[in-house]
Amino acid sequence: MPTALAFSHVTRTFGDITAVDDLSLEVPEGSITVLLGPNGAGKTTTVRLATGALGSDEGSIEVLGLDPLIAGNEVRSRCAVVPPKPALYDNLTGWENLTFTADIFSADHKGIKPAAERFGIDHALDLNVGGYSTGMRTRLALARAVLHDPDVLLLDEPTAGLDPESARAVLNLIRELAGRGRTIVLCTHLLHEAEGVADQVVLMGAGQAQIVGSQLDLADRYVTNPAVIIDAEDRDSLSALSRHDDVVSAEWNGALHVRLTHIDRLPGLVADLVGAGARITRVEPDNPTLETLYFEMQRSLRGQS
Amino acid sequence: MLTVARIDLRRLFKSKDYWIPMGFLASVFFIGLPFLLLTIVTSTTSSDLVNKIGEVLQTLPGPVQENVVGTTPAARGAYMLSVYLLAPVAIVVPLTISSAVGAHAIVGERERGTGEFLAHSPLTEREIFMGKMLASLVPGFLATGVGFAIYSLLVNMKVGPLVGGWFFPTAGWWILIVWVVPPFIALALSVILWVSSKVRSTAAAQQAATLVSLPVIFAAYGVSSGLLINPVIAAFGIGIVAWILAIIGLMTGSRSLSRESLLGFGGDG
Repeated sequence: MPTALAFSHVTRTFGDITAVDDLSLEVPEGSITVLLGPNGAGKTTTVRLATGALGSDEGSIEVLGLDPLIAGNEVRSRCAVVPPKPALYDNLTGWENLTFTADIFSADHKGIKPAAERFGIDHALDLNVGGYSTGMRTRLALARAVLHDPDVLLLDEPTAGLDPESARAVLNLIRELAGRGRTIVLCTHLLHEAEGVADQVVLMGAGQAQIVGSQLDLADRYVTNPAVIIDAEDRDSLSALSRHDDVVSAEWNGALHVRLTHIDRLPGLVADLVGAGARITRVEPDNPTLETLYFEMQRSLRGQS
Repeated sequence: MLTVARIDLRRLFKSKDYWIPMGFLASVFFIGLPFLLLTIVTSTTSSDLVNKIGEVLQTLPGPVQENVVGTTPAARGAYMLSVYLLAPVAIVVPLTISSAVGAHAIVGERERGTGEFLAHSPLTEREIFMGKMLASLVPGFLATGVGFAIYSLLVNMKVGPLVGGWFFPTAGWWILIVWVVPPFIALALSVILWVSSKVRSTAAAQQAATLVSLPVIFAAYGVSSGLLINPVIAAFGIGIVAWILAIIGLMTGSRSLSRESLLGFGGDG
């Protein structure tokens, strides 16, 4: 798959602070890449470097095959950025904000109303943005971001402070655009919202991409004890599981969530239960959530250091 | 460039906090103050005041005295006031109006967070700077044009009957308004926008803009007064110098704006 964004040994400092430190990262075209990491990890600087809004001190960056510092205007015309706080003109109406964007990106004004309708903000286009709620502002910022049908969408903490409905609008946008072959980079520290969305997860810290991979790959690499969910008609028949040699832990949470020493032990474990008279009704993998994965990766990194 | 200018002007038009005080300022200097002074001078019956006006006229340079029209001291005093003493208003008012917009232009984008949007947009830095410049110039030029027209009407109506008919604008005023005021405003704004791209807050930008524009105002004040006294000799040269300085200022200023400064990095920000 061709690469949409490629960072190679990129460093950017602000005085004594190194915001991005020897960052190397590739984002495949048409993929959804989630940048995870605490505040100060370098996510926002990475987005700003990608569009050429910031220049790098060292290293090279390519976006859609172009250097943002040389062909910045072409790069920026094919990208859209949704910042954490929607940057809107408060004393202009929603419509005026969108027409301004359409003019800057040479987009057709005919696309304004459909974009606003798509995010449920069309009813408020005649109102000044200063009177909008946080959710309405974000919806307008999202409508603005898709006006020129960007090839790359960079979302920097887009759901911060949003109501669930607006947050869902963001995630729906991500899925829809990715379905149309657009490249998405989502920066977040809200792990649950990136759950199941990412083709590629990047754990950022200290300005570096510390861990990169798909959620499943990372689960294989960093979750040492695989988990399964087991249930039975007579739940008392499962009580012996916690003492089984192949079981690391077992906790009831609707059903029994069991962590095993190794996934190969599962058939033997189930056979033992059946042999002891348990009538098993459910055995399924308990895939780690992104949150679990995140903390496992952080633990692994701390172990390395 | 025009897109940026258009949106800034629209925001300005919708901002009553800006245009009401600025409209008031222009009204005071182009209408209120001249009306008051000319009314006093043309309707006075005080022999003391008439004598003092006569004395003031005697202190003016010879060429100016020759150009002053009117047969009575009051008429000559009103003519002098209209043509010479109020000329600097034509520079100070538009400059004040434009610098109020210019000081806020770039640092305001940072404060609102909209600088981030512009930094990620395909607009070039020069387009953004020139758009801001244009949006700052238009209110000043508009004030100059409208103020000049109203002022002309006012002095012709008040003083014209005393000096044998409508006499304003004189050649010197045309040169001042068309050839000298525009480059002075552009020059001051290029420096103010440069300051606006460097400082951390609007308050700092306004303070710096005041400091920057003061010398320009003083220079313009002197130039406008002197130019009206001897327009033919001075006008062309002063205009040329002002235009050259303005173009240099614009070119230098437009290079001062960077995307990083829109994000709040660089300069003092």
